[in-house]
Amino acid sequence: MVVKDGLIRANRSIRAAFVQQRAQIIGTGQDLYMIEGILVEGLIYGIMVLGVFITFRILNFPDLTVDGSFPLGAAIMATLITRGYNLWFALLVATAGGLVSGIVTALIHNKLKVPSLLAGILTMTMLYSINIRALGNRANLPLLKQDTILTRITTMTEGLMRDEFAILIFFVLVVLVIVGLFVLFFHTDLGLTLGALGNNEQMVITQGVNPEILKMIGVGIANALVAISGAFIAQYQGFADVSLGQGIIISGLASVMIGEFMIKSNRISLLALRALSGSILFKGIMYAGRYYGYYINMTPNDLKLITGLLIILSLVTTKINRIKMKKWIKS
Amino acid sequence: MIRLENLSKIFNEDTPNETLALRYISLDIKEGDFITIIGSNGAGKTTLFNIISGTYPPTEGRVFIDGQDVTRHPEYKRARYIGRIFQDPLLGTASNMTLEDNMMICYKKGFKGLRISLNHKMKEFFREQLDQLDMDLDNRMKDNVVLLSGGQRQALTLLMMAISKPKLILLDEHTAALDPKNAQIVLALTTHFIREYRFTTMMITHNMSQAIKYGTRLLMMDKGEIILDVEGEEKKDLTVDKLVKKFHEIRKRTFETDEVLLSGRT
Repeated sequence: MVVKDGLIRANRSIRAAFVQQRAQIIGTGQDLYMIEGILVEGLIYGIMVLGVFITFRILNFPDLTVDGSFPLGAAIMATLITRGYNLWFALLVATAGGLVSGIVTALIHNKLKVPSLLAGILTMTMLYSINIRALGNRANLPLLKQDTILTRITTMTEGLMRDEFAILIFFVLVVLVIVGLFVLFFHTDLGLTLGALGNNEQMVITQGVNPEILKMIGVGIANALVAISGAFIAQYQGFADVSLGQGIIISGLASVMIGEFMIKSNRISLLALRALSGSILFKGIMYAGRYYGYYINMTPNDLKLITGLLIILSLVTTKINRIKMKKWIKS
Repeated sequence: MIRLENLSKIFNEDTPNETLALRYISLDIKEGDFITIIGSNGAGKTTLFNIISGTYPPTEGRVFIDGQDVTRHPEYKRARYIGRIFQDPLLGTASNMTLEDNMMICYKKGFKGLRISLNHKMKEFFREQLDQLDMDLDNRMKDNVVLLSGGQRQALTLLMMAISKPKLILLDEHTAALDPKNAQIVLALTTHFIREYRFTTMMITHNMSQAIKYGTRLLMMDKGEIILDVEGEEKKDLTVDKLVKKFHEIRKRTFETDEVLLSGRT
């Protein structure tokens, strides 16, 4: 336990140093870097937000596995990178890890008839130990001086453009591909049926489809996306950490809800874009809190509180809107 | 085609709340039968439907479809040949999806693959089908179903069920939650589809005159038993009065008619 605490403290200090370094960049007045940072982080976390969107909004299966599958993706990716595996193979394994953890959650929910929240918490808790094992029995694995997908990109574009810009373009492309596949999937017969599951489970059963299998597929895909997001974050930040996932689900949910304020639609392509823009806006709010929060005596430690309040604010606004809507219909 | 053998269902077995919902029911449903089922609350009508469609297994007895014992098959497997419509119009469609998406999901029963079947040809086919409903829905295929009225949703559910061509359809008071006008429309559509596709049908209703007017065979249930089973000429001669009298002869008590007779929806 002492050793583990020590490790966690050590990684916190690494993270603090990282944040400080960023703060210095901002401090020099280079706003461009900040905007790039927000966009890149918003896009990477956006992949996770798509996963949260699938479980919370499409499947109506509130899934907390995310807090474990996000660092799982990061841990698998980091470990395989340091062991010198092919980078795309590493990404594939990380994705599969997320898929399996989602399937485990769905299985616990299906077979033991426990609520999805409890099933998710169970998997998430078990994943904490698994993640430490995946990191090689430690809480943190730095990727300094390692060859990652991102360093490959920056070497490839060296001399053509700034590294930060190259990485931004790379993530725009990655997210475009993922959103494309996401939209395509939800247009298939299987995807449509998944959409119906969250709306009306009885209808799915009446159509002769086993809802248990659908839940396994849906929650599996959602967590696969989350793990991909974790794998990229590890490379972007330069380390994988067992506590990377702490509160990820809440920030994902906040992003989904922020997005819902911006676009109202029933088209899946717009819904996906909405989740992404929610993620970028959320990151923007977090950046603002981190760098300008000190004007109102706020520290980075207050960000979780802000995230929670954001969600509560969204819930309250939605409720007020609904009441207004009802009054409007009645009058 | 469908055979029920000695079905019984006990809820809360071995507890003080034990209730016998079905009492050794045996029934042969022939292809093309249009059976109406009446009975007061608690007679076991819905329990019977739940056992046929597999929502829960019977305590005793067996269910055969085309000679195959399906008693232990899960509901989703049996749903491939059974179409069921509930009283609640919300149960048949997915609210936050468009009409065309809903129709696509219901087009074919069974597990769905990664094919994208909703193309222009399909949409055209759905538009033609919707045209039959005469509810101006063919121009609203991109609207979410939540925007439709209860009657429209129930009509849509009916249409989608008809398109999937099940072997047996179970209608569980599917017009009871609608206003009289819409109930009339949905019932007319029901008989239209049953006639056109020759569906084997079981329809629960609270309304005696409806049970007499529609269908080729009438079952009356009471306290978990089928107490009356008439078809053919005998059914054609039935009137509400005769039915009430028959009940009295069989059960030696008056039929709890209030609710059944007063639910005056046609």
